Amino acid sequence: MMTMKTRAPRFWRCIPQRYNLIGTHCAACDEYYFPPRNICPNCRRDARIEEYKFKGTGTVITHTTIYSATEDFERQTPYNLAIIELDEGPRLTGQVVAPPGEVKIGMHVRPVFRILGKEGERGIIYYGTKFIPVEG
Amino acid sequence: MSYGVYIPKYRIRVDEIARVWAHGEDVSEGLKVFEKAVPDVDEDSATIAVEAARAAVLRSNLDPRRIGAIYVGSESHPYAVKPTGTIVGEAIGTSSKFTAADFEFACKAGTAAVQACLGLVASNLIDLGLAIGTDVSQGAPGDALEYTAAAGGAAYIIGSKDLIAEIEAIFSFTTDTPDFWRREGMPYPEHGGRFTGEPAYYKHVASAALGLMEKMGSSPEDYDFAVFHQPNGKFPPRVARKLGFTAEQIAPGLVVPWIGNTYSGATLIGLAATLDQALPGQRIFVTSFGSGAGSDAFSIEVTDRIDEIRQNAPLVRDFIAGAKYLDYAMYAKHKGKLRL
Ligand SMILES: [Zn+2]
Repeated sequence: MMTMKTRAPRFWRCIPQRYNLIGTHCAACDEYYFPPRNICPNCRRDARIEEYKFKGTGTVITHTTIYSATEDFERQTPYNLAIIELDEGPRLTGQVVAPPGEVKIGMHVRPVFRILGKEGERGIIYYGTKFIPVEG
Repeated sequence: MSYGVYIPKYRIRVDEIARVWAHGEDVSEGLKVFEKAVPDVDEDSATIAVEAARAAVLRSNLDPRRIGAIYVGSESHPYAVKPTGTIVGEAIGTSSKFTAADFEFACKAGTAAVQACLGLVASNLIDLGLAIGTDVSQGAPGDALEYTAAAGGAAYIIGSKDLIAEIEAIFSFTTDTPDFWRREGMPYPEHGGRFTGEPAYYKHVASAALGLMEKMGSSPEDYDFAVFHQPNGKFPPRVARKLGFTAEQIAPGLVVPWIGNTYSGATLIGLAATLDQALPGQRIFVTSFGSGAGSDAFSIEVTDRIDEIRQNAPLVRDFIAGAKYLDYAMYAKHKGKLRL
């Protein structure tokens, strides 16, 4: 095979979100959106949407540990997948870097820059945000 | 203008590696390295560079869009072709108006990056430059290098205003010396065994250091601290003594016993550990070493601003204190050590 299937274009479009949690904020109603939204369902035509970089600190709402990787790209297993509520309000799905069993509901987390996955030996490396427990 | 460090949380004790290979109990004492930093499974030299650069930006609270150049020195860049600096720029929120290149010169690629930024800043071609030394070094399992090859990095933001320390002068010394190398496509480096000490490390470090002191008319007594490249805990005290520096001068920057040899990160992390405790007006003498071989020497004077911003980002000792220990089996998994 001469070419390889790559998701590079799709990944590239999401770089601001993945590296820096760039979302949006509606200045009219003070609602935060992640992933970013260009319309505000609260305000509709009166919305005042601006780009917003989330602090990345939040709380674990629920979590699970994944032991077998999906086939689309290489991930290190096991890994902890969690729904995290960011301090500004929105919820997102993210990985929590910790030994399985150490992730707890209600745990405070902060963002770190890590490898999310790799397209095999030859493909691109996906970098982005994961979360680690805030010590103490 | 600012500095930032990142050292992965995991450690393996050198005694644990020696136990697995039945190399005896005196390895650690011989190298004067007791434990080394190991990257997590999802960390590489790019993620370490990003964390160190973010810490540097945070420490001085500056606008990353002012950065006009990013040079990343490493011998473990994640891509053979695609610069690590591009990932760092995006991740710390620079504008796209900067130049970037990856540097390689074994362990001194980080100080070479500092010199490049210094040149662009001094000639007013850019406002700020970001220089990084980062590595996730590999040693072949069972090889002597495995005892010390560690992971970590440091980032320095170079500018001409709001300085925390001033680089007064630099001096470099470079020759063609085959003490350590890795051919393209090979997973682990090779080294010249005993050859690495005298004609490589000592000769280059001493030549650059003496060259700088001669150029400046300074002597070891003019400095409060000194930092030398630290592939192990044995070489730096010996070269310091030869040059006339005391054990007290090198103590704050000698972190290799606790984190291992971070290659391109080593000298810059040692300098960071020294800046962590240096007082305004104190002077620091720094000499790196990269196999192949060459050394860059720097004479640095700390300014008043250091006290204002030092606590805004984690100190080297915070990383040393936060260690978690692995056994050899877990360590092998972390490093993906499947090639035997
Ligand atoms: Zn709204």
